[in-house]
Amino acid sequence: MRYLPLAQADRQEMLRAVGASSIDDLFVDVPEAARLSDKIHGLPDHLGEMAVERELARLSRKNLVAGEMPFFLGCGAYRHHVPASVDHLIQRGEFLTAYTPYQPEIAQGTLQALFEFQTQVARLYGCDVANASMYDGSTACWEAIGMARRITRRGKAILSSGLHPHYVSVAKTMARFTGDMLESRAPELTPDPDTASLLDSIDGETSCVVVQYPDILGRIGDLSALAERAHEKGALLIAVVTEPVALGAIRSPGEMGADIVVGEGQSIGVGLNFGGPYVGLFACKEKFVRQMPGRLCGETVDAEGKRGFVLTLSTREQHIRREKATSNICTNSGLCALAFSIHMTLLGEKGLRKLAEVNHSRASAAADRLSRVAGIELVNTAFFNEFTLRLPREARPVVRTLAERGVLGGVSLGRLYPGVEALERGLVVAVTETSTAEDVEALAEALEEALA
Amino acid sequence: MSMNREGRPTRPEEAEAGAPPTWTGNRALMLEEPLIFELGEEDGCGVDFEDPGSPSKAWARPGADSGPRPSPGSRLAGLERSRPIGLPGLSEPQTVRHYTRLSRQNYAIDLGLFPLGSCTMKHNPRLCEKVARMPGFADIHPLQPVDTVQGALEVIARLGGWLVELTGMHSVAMSPKAGAHGELCGLLAIRSALEARGDAREVILVPESAHGTNPATAAFAGYRVENIPATTGGRVDLDALKGRLGPDVAAVMITNPNTCGLFEPEMTEISRAVHEAGGLVYCDGANFNAIVGRVRPGDLGIDAMHINLHKTFSTPHGGGGPGSGPVVFSEALTPFAPLPFVEKQGDHFALVEEENAGEHHGSSFGRMVAFHGQMGMFTRALAYIMSHGADGLRQVSEDAVLNANYVLRRLDDLLDAPFGHSGPCMHEALFSDKGFAGGLTTLDLAKGLIDEGFHPMTMYFPLVVHGAMLIEPTETESKAALDQFIGAMRSVAERAKAGDQSLKAAPVHAPRRRLDETLAARKPVLVWKEPGQAEAAE
Repeated sequence: MRYLPLAQADRQEMLRAVGASSIDDLFVDVPEAARLSDKIHGLPDHLGEMAVERELARLSRKNLVAGEMPFFLGCGAYRHHVPASVDHLIQRGEFLTAYTPYQPEIAQGTLQALFEFQTQVARLYGCDVANASMYDGSTACWEAIGMARRITRRGKAILSSGLHPHYVSVAKTMARFTGDMLESRAPELTPDPDTASLLDSIDGETSCVVVQYPDILGRIGDLSALAERAHEKGALLIAVVTEPVALGAIRSPGEMGADIVVGEGQSIGVGLNFGGPYVGLFACKEKFVRQMPGRLCGETVDAEGKRGFVLTLSTREQHIRREKATSNICTNSGLCALAFSIHMTLLGEKGLRKLAEVNHSRASAAADRLSRVAGIELVNTAFFNEFTLRLPREARPVVRTLAERGVLGGVSLGRLYPGVEALERGLVVAVTETSTAEDVEALAEALEEALA
Repeated sequence: MSMNREGRPTRPEEAEAGAPPTWTGNRALMLEEPLIFELGEEDGCGVDFEDPGSPSKAWARPGADSGPRPSPGSRLAGLERSRPIGLPGLSEPQTVRHYTRLSRQNYAIDLGLFPLGSCTMKHNPRLCEKVARMPGFADIHPLQPVDTVQGALEVIARLGGWLVELTGMHSVAMSPKAGAHGELCGLLAIRSALEARGDAREVILVPESAHGTNPATAAFAGYRVENIPATTGGRVDLDALKGRLGPDVAAVMITNPNTCGLFEPEMTEISRAVHEAGGLVYCDGANFNAIVGRVRPGDLGIDAMHINLHKTFSTPHGGGGPGSGPVVFSEALTPFAPLPFVEKQGDHFALVEEENAGEHHGSSFGRMVAFHGQMGMFTRALAYIMSHGADGLRQVSEDAVLNANYVLRRLDDLLDAPFGHSGPCMHEALFSDKGFAGGLTTLDLAKGLIDEGFHPMTMYFPLVVHGAMLIEPTETESKAALDQFIGAMRSVAERAKAGDQSLKAAPVHAPRRRLDETLAARKPVLVWKEPGQAEAAE
């Protein structure tokens, strides 16, 4: 078997060396009743590479591939072009098959890359510090709510109506167990985010306000007033960014006063992957760093005075503090963080701004074209690369019809908010640098046909 | 059992005189590499774009409405970025060189054995990387209509089904993103089940030897954690456990085989006793590699177990993730499993989310993560399981256990193995620092092992053994690789027992000498600052 190097002769020699007559002797502590006398039923025997590849290729062909047709889905996962070198670099064995860098002398590659990653994320988000990644944006979001509770010692979190419904759902699940009170409600198809009503709802019992930027409908709103009001009332502003490319065009939440900024890094370096693995980004103000969950990489020197990097402030973490840890997280999303960092390095400031410009420009042209389809209205005043259309009827069946015609036309709000009638005509369309004018035209024509 | 209360030293010792210096600071193939912030410029870029300013011919179609194009900037709510971000860029050649050089400063499975206990650092098959990258898996969006992703849902269902089969359990939650996330999933299901019964309880019992995520997770889930003592034989003290069980104990969290590398022979009785007292049994599946294909944890009476796909099923460790932690459930906990999950309905695969949870899954405790889970790890794990098959997986656990016992017996004349005298170990062997002389510690031995070309074993864990060294070779090590590792271990162990003070300076050959972790924690520098900035901050 190609992954098992021991030869039968080796096994026999080793059994002799340990004083066992058969392998069963080494399983002596397993009670009789629990021992399986034979291999597991219900699984086939081993297969060669060819057979495995053939079967998985067959299964892969049962899926419609985003890159092979006009594609406009967003809502928390975006299709961007990842430069070819990123995937080659992360597949280097020294990155792919490395362990968590607990032995820093032989893990400076991982550690320096993490330090660079932390710096990139902190700067992108406009914050003082960032951690070495979380699982994804949604878990980063609920961890941030928990962090706000620890800092303010209050239990009421206000979630803006523009927060991704999966993120809301995750926060609600966790709140059942932590006792946090969450205020949330579904969005409305209005041109701007719900800043005004959010401002009114912040009071002296609020631990944090959680706002997505741009929001689930693609709307953009200034966070400064929210930051100010939150701080007046002793609460924290948590900003959630599900599309980091947006920050190449619009101001960072950190510079508008957000205390904690979290989000999804998938757009940069990672690819769609049907929802995972992704990479959660987590950044905050310096004064909160000891309350931050997750791994942190810090700079230091070695015994010869050379600069080096180590995991640090580990007293926050499970392997030291156990039940008093700030989080239970152990594995993070190291390889995805590396992919993010490499892609970000290839882009640089200039490239990120250019990428953002292309995204916004194409989205803008697409919004104009699509709102000329009879019966379709553009909802947003402002957007980056994602906007909401109001269709003349329920959007979810239209999306299915479009798929049958070979167009992946966006995410219906009925899919994300089932049963909310006020949203059922909403269709969220994302347009990135990977979409062409032909794609937009194909979507427009398919919509015209579907709505006729 | 004496607890290790000393922690370990974090300051490096004085450096010895090194090799003659070079102008670059490089040492042949050992290349120093600055930060991107020191290399790159604001204008550097390794990506080319189509010019967004002028519409390409394609955008100006004949006959298309040629009304005035609004300027793109006007739709950003006046929030256009004004300040620079501070992100350096590099051309592609510079980027490739930067990261290639960084990679060469890492140890990895591809280079050599990782004897890390409970981490299961086995070979990562490249076939798995290939299948994960098939466009039909890598380039699909989680919110596509389910009819357009039936192949992906089938992968999830098939993998889940085999995990259930391998563990002898009833159902599986595929969405947790890592082992600790899976532990949380299991405990939240347990808590939901008890609440549904109107029997909320406050305490979870955890062995002293447990991995830190166990008590951390239990505390997060709202429980008070109490220790279960171990016997001198390194197992759960069943009498002490039974004595503590009561109406306030919600669950026990047991690792089996445990973190001392030993199978808990009384596991079935533990489960029975806990159930009788009205509690539930969580099993930490980190050590599943020892028993996969030979024992089904479900047969031992457990209610929930997370499986680390990045351990037993060899999805790559990636320098710290991504992982994946599906959780298998007993029939008692199945109703409470989180959303979403994949369900076969006729010959169609459905995704059960909040809207269609309905009466069949109405007791689910809710959603734990956006979207569906670590699809990229599912394809890899599925390819791994298909490659090994039922026969191969059984061989995996046998070879893993044989390899660990071989290491145990080839070292236990020299190193103290606290449980070595009472029988075989499973997939990992545990040693203590008994007999080390001259003030030398497990840390010193570990750093000496680095110079020998190996990543150190797990140190100071489990806490129940002084100066613990936990070694898990895994089944993908050849006998020759094991013999070399054993030889290296014997060499550094002899030095430690002889009080050889040169170990204090180890490692001397690694890209870096021992690093000052105390300094890093006392004055945390977590992001790069321009030299002027850094000074201003002081």
